[in-house]
Amino acid sequence: MSQTDLIIHDEKDNVAVVVIDKTSKNQECNGWVMENNKTIKITSINEIPLGHKIALQDLREGDTILKYGHDIGKVVKPIKKGDHVHVHNVKTKKW
Amino acid sequence: MFIMLKLRSGKNMKMPESFLGYKRENGRAGTRNHVIILPVDDISNACAEAVANNIKGTIALPHSYGRLQFGADLELHFRTMIGTGSNPNVAAVIVIGIEPKWTKKIVDGIAKTGKPVEGFHIERTGDIGTVMKASKRAQEFVMWASEKQREECPLSDLWISVKCGESDTTSGLAANPTVGNLMDKLEPLGVHLCFGETSELTGAETVCAKRGATPEASEKFMKTWNSYNDFILKEATDDLSESQPTAGNIAGGLTTIEEKAFGNFQKIGSCKFIDVLGPGEEPTKGKGLYFMDTSSAAAECVTLQAAAGFNIHLFPTGQGNIVGNPIEPVIKLTANPLTVKGMGEHIDCDVSKILTREMNMSQAGDELIKITIRVANGRLTCAEALGHKEFVMTKLYRSA
Repeated sequence: MSQTDLIIHDEKDNVAVVVIDKTSKNQECNGWVMENNKTIKITSINEIPLGHKIALQDLREGDTILKYGHDIGKVVKPIKKGDHVHVHNVKTKKW
Repeated sequence: MFIMLKLRSGKNMKMPESFLGYKRENGRAGTRNHVIILPVDDISNACAEAVANNIKGTIALPHSYGRLQFGADLELHFRTMIGTGSNPNVAAVIVIGIEPKWTKKIVDGIAKTGKPVEGFHIERTGDIGTVMKASKRAQEFVMWASEKQREECPLSDLWISVKCGESDTTSGLAANPTVGNLMDKLEPLGVHLCFGETSELTGAETVCAKRGATPEASEKFMKTWNSYNDFILKEATDDLSESQPTAGNIAGGLTTIEEKAFGNFQKIGSCKFIDVLGPGEEPTKGKGLYFMDTSSAAAECVTLQAAAGFNIHLFPTGQGNIVGNPIEPVIKLTANPLTVKGMGEHIDCDVSKILTREMNMSQAGDELIKITIRVANGRLTCAEALGHKEFVMTKLYRSA
């Protein structure tokens, strides 16, 4: 089994979590989908630290981020596939 | 000594059928044998601490409240005081208050368990006389308690509370589902289980409500969540971006309260909750999982769960919350390898190998069950060894 760089909770998710120290620019990462044990490959377009999220597809402003197969917030700035997803481009729909 | 447990997956698991606990007068069992010195109010802390300093093996539980409270806030104060004294991890209690009436109310509440309890009030005697009288009684209590022996108790005597803190994405990926795995395995054995953190279910509230075992339980949950959310919306100045998620959560990769909530929710595995408890309220519907309306601040939540009678606590963390409780042992687990490396002295159970897929969730759940039983048998938790005794009363509003 090759090293797992990213874990995806649910097949519906459009983000994955980095589980290595950090991804590097243009690194081809191995992702593991917990729900169905599938693996995917995705290229990280910048450095993303452990525990932070990476986009699995291009996302537009207003799109919904899905994690655990559920809505966890809205995109407030366009995000490219392989980009870092965090407080700078995603906000809560609550409060 | 061992039983084979049929898991929901259909597999069998070998599990100890008992732990070594302290049997109490009311039929409950404790994982600890504390003699506590409980101040009724803030101004009695000095006296309580002096007694605990005089009599070795006792602990004082100083706190900030207990004067001029009223209504539901006062009821919660009494419930927390009486519940803490009544917890089966406590062998005997000395209660010290400024005046006799509230002191007696708490003594009478604790006395219902049948355990030794005596109250002292400071007015007309002063600190020094009160410390002398209370110390003499505390010495008798602690020497009596020191002869109590651990006896075999069924695992169903475990009342397990859970709360996560300084969470990050590794909490939702691994540490919280490990707790969920434990719940799935222990629930059929008849343990009591409790989760709380009303505000930190925001975003997952409708999914959580569906986990009510009955329509009444689901409805009660939504009512509780809505009430807390209304309070937050009323008090918040702009949003809760400085508090939820916390700076630690954000550093660990959590972006929104919804993401945190779905991670939090992993702690109950596939269990359903049978009832919704008010803060510090003792469960009365028998074995199974309960939701308790609590703040998501670690020490406040654990203090309320201990006051409801829970005798062992599981605390998954991401970035490394270090909380403990004076009477309820708090077991920490983490899946974040940086937390294990940087602050390993706080971590009782390391499940970081889930992230590298060298350990699966079921193996992690088994590890956590093993450490839980060892701690129930008397092994000190990291928080106990490091002296963490955070006792934090929840206050609902200003005093009169």
